[in-house]
Amino acid sequence: MAQLSVENVTLSFGGINALNSVDIVVEPGELVSIIGPNGAGKTSLLNCISGFYHPTHGQITFEGNDLTKASPHTISGYGIARAFQNIELFGGVSVLENLMLARHTYLKYSIGAASVFYGAARRGEVENRRVVEDVIDFMELEPYRKALVGNLPYGVRKRVEVARALSLEPKLLLLDEPMAGMTLEEKEDMVRFILDILAERYTTVILIEHDLGIVMDISDRVYVLDFGMVIATGKPEDVAENPAVIEAYVGGAG
Amino acid sequence: MKVIRPGPELKRYTLPQLLKMRAENEGDRVALREKDFGIWNEVTYAEYYDKVRDFAHGLLELGYQPGEKFAVIAENIPEWVYAELAVQGLGGVSVGIYPSSVPAEVAYVMDYADVTMALVQDQEQADKLLEVKDELPGLRRIIYEDPRGMRNYDSDLFISFAEVIELGRKHRHADPRAYEDRLAAGRADDVAHFSLTSGTTGKPKAAMLTHKNLIHMGVALQEIDPLEPTDDYLSFLPLAWIGEQMMTMGMGLTGGFAVNFPEEVATAMGDLVEIGPHLMFSPPRVWEGIQSRIWVDISESYAFNRWAYRQLMKVGYRAADYRMRGKTMPWGLRLAYAFAHAVLFRPLKDQLGFLRLRRAYTGGAALGPDVFRFFHALGVNLKQIYGQTEITGIAFVHRDGDVRHDTVGVPIPGTEVKISEEGEILARSDAVCAGYYKRDNATAELLEGGWLHSGDAGYVTDDGHLVVIDRLSDVMHTADGEMFSPQFLENKLKFSPFIKEAVVYGDRRPYLAAFINIDPQTVGKWAEDRGLAYTTYMDLSGKPEVAELIKREVELVNADLPAGLRVRRFVLLFKLLDADDDELTRTGKVRRKFVAERYRDLVDALYGEATDVLVRTEFKYQDGSVQRVEANVRVVDLTDETARKGVGA
Repeated sequence: MAQLSVENVTLSFGGINALNSVDIVVEPGELVSIIGPNGAGKTSLLNCISGFYHPTHGQITFEGNDLTKASPHTISGYGIARAFQNIELFGGVSVLENLMLARHTYLKYSIGAASVFYGAARRGEVENRRVVEDVIDFMELEPYRKALVGNLPYGVRKRVEVARALSLEPKLLLLDEPMAGMTLEEKEDMVRFILDILAERYTTVILIEHDLGIVMDISDRVYVLDFGMVIATGKPEDVAENPAVIEAYVGGAG
Repeated sequence: MKVIRPGPELKRYTLPQLLKMRAENEGDRVALREKDFGIWNEVTYAEYYDKVRDFAHGLLELGYQPGEKFAVIAENIPEWVYAELAVQGLGGVSVGIYPSSVPAEVAYVMDYADVTMALVQDQEQADKLLEVKDELPGLRRIIYEDPRGMRNYDSDLFISFAEVIELGRKHRHADPRAYEDRLAAGRADDVAHFSLTSGTTGKPKAAMLTHKNLIHMGVALQEIDPLEPTDDYLSFLPLAWIGEQMMTMGMGLTGGFAVNFPEEVATAMGDLVEIGPHLMFSPPRVWEGIQSRIWVDISESYAFNRWAYRQLMKVGYRAADYRMRGKTMPWGLRLAYAFAHAVLFRPLKDQLGFLRLRRAYTGGAALGPDVFRFFHALGVNLKQIYGQTEITGIAFVHRDGDVRHDTVGVPIPGTEVKISEEGEILARSDAVCAGYYKRDNATAELLEGGWLHSGDAGYVTDDGHLVVIDRLSDVMHTADGEMFSPQFLENKLKFSPFIKEAVVYGDRRPYLAAFINIDPQTVGKWAEDRGLAYTTYMDLSGKPEVAELIKREVELVNADLPAGLRVRRFVLLFKLLDADDDELTRTGKVRRKFVAERYRDLVDALYGEATDVLVRTEFKYQDGSVQRVEANVRVVDLTDETARKGVGA
């Protein structure tokens, strides 16, 4: 059974359809990329999956849970985490604190227990720190553990953004242009992280990315969006040769 | 429980035998610490020995034949020392390879040293070996420490460290005495480790160090500079370097202090603060780096802080002059220093992790007098070490209270010294290696007449201090026959905070000239302070204002030198010299001839009339892509000034 299924989803703002009858299926453990020109609706689709927008029509289900009308925090509780395109971190606190904050949904103790740091609070904090340290090790952020996020270079902040999403121990990770604006070396590192996330953390990944070289290289399947519609889908090599995709990217033969 | 203390009786044993003695005698004491997932994890001597023994059994299970060479390519991790001691316990030889080496270098060393098995840290190092595997038919098994990303690698060739330990446990149940019998058969004179000479001239050679070499080194140094078994040490420089082998293995196993391994190379300075070590040994660039970091931070601070820093440093410098000579300070100075220490030096040392430091050593190259005085002003007892890889890294050291920046100290106990007729420094001790592996001619030259030929020119002062001038082979003559040492001049230039690297030329030339690399940090800050906009290193190097700045620095150096030894013309190189471009050795020494060859246009310009020269060069990246660069380089001429001063004088 599919882990995530987006069925016939339409998202309208006034008279404009940002998404138009989009169908997407993601199997557990897959790396599925969504590509398309600017304004094709890629981020809108992620916003629908993560609950920031609610589709006008259609249905989204994740492991049997209906996400269509669910709020973002409910959806994160189901095991979906998202790394944002425009880095949504607290600049004034450390990397460690940002990641610990990401796990606040897992905090099970009261303010009273937290203020004396005893019993459940202590155990909870230790457990959360263990998970976060695991992610720090995984994303190779040890040198920046205590550094303020606002002072870090852009490429590192992007990594922290992915680490923040991973701290939620998601089953499905949504990555919105994790490599935008990076140098070649940083991109290569990020690709390695994404492949390791799939293979060693057993996490399904949906990737939005403009670097088609990378997308074609690492994806299991690709969906191509244009003007809110899926115009092609399949294995990377098939999609690359699809005339509709070429037209969407380089324009019609005239 | 009485802790084993360093003493000459230890020289009968091998390093892994010392570990076993400690495990049996004081097994509960902390031997190693490694930071992992943000926590310092302790390893006792008993656990240390268990790991070494199980790994050794695992190697036997994998078909390792005692006596074979085993390479390690890793950062500083406990597995490095487990593997090294396990191999040595089996009667084999460990070979250290720098983790920053490129595949071709790794292939050369492994082929030359006949390596049959290797421990690599992670996928990055494993990939280097895969790339050159076809050139290494003798390489049978590769053990990796970090399984990350290794899932799809050929399991006939690759195996994880944890799996080897597991195999070892099974092997030990089947054959419990296999390791211990071999361990007991080890002799102090057996070759234990290959340490690669840095290779400033030609390909690196492997110095064959015996157990006795390393143990003698540890025992002799601790005889003059005693340590406590409860002391801490942070191992953060490459273990392939002789200096780190000295400290972690030679000193560690004889002294019995705790060796700490940082979380990552990049976190070493932070981990240093957390550990607060009692001893340190680093090459000059580390000390210079710390000093220049403090310098930059202070100059960015408020005016009052800068003023207070200057005043207190004056007190520190006065105290340093007394301390370095071992003289008692007058009462007034002592009081002033106590105050300066309380308000500045103590907090500063605390921030650097130097608060508990008993002694700090520098070695491998010359350290500027200013840097020496700076650290002594803070109250850090920084001393020079001198010795080659071939004499286990140390033969001379400053004694406490007798630190002089122009000497490298006096011989450590058990070391004899002699100056040959050509002026070469010769030494003799139990730390002199058994020669170079498979290089009999070079070995014969090295150990001619039973003395270690250092290849350095030097002399001994009346009070027994050794002064090193330069490599015997590097002493050069200008066209006029004037003798000079380029390195000596380069070091003088590099004492300027604005100069990162300098290469002096002049062999059989009419005058001396230099390539200079500006220091991007300090010159960058200097430029910012003056509102001078720049983009890249190349851009900054090309600024006329920067050329003026460096010109003044060179003039300062020239002022102290006789006329024939002054640098007359120089250029600012548009890129930093880099080991990846073969311009520096892996230990950061300049490869003069290679640099001259590569920038031949610039050398010609230094000895020509031109004031500007257009340079075209190519940078090759590791992935094979090539970038072409054109730069207009200005030749700075100091002839006018020198001539004018000459007339004036």
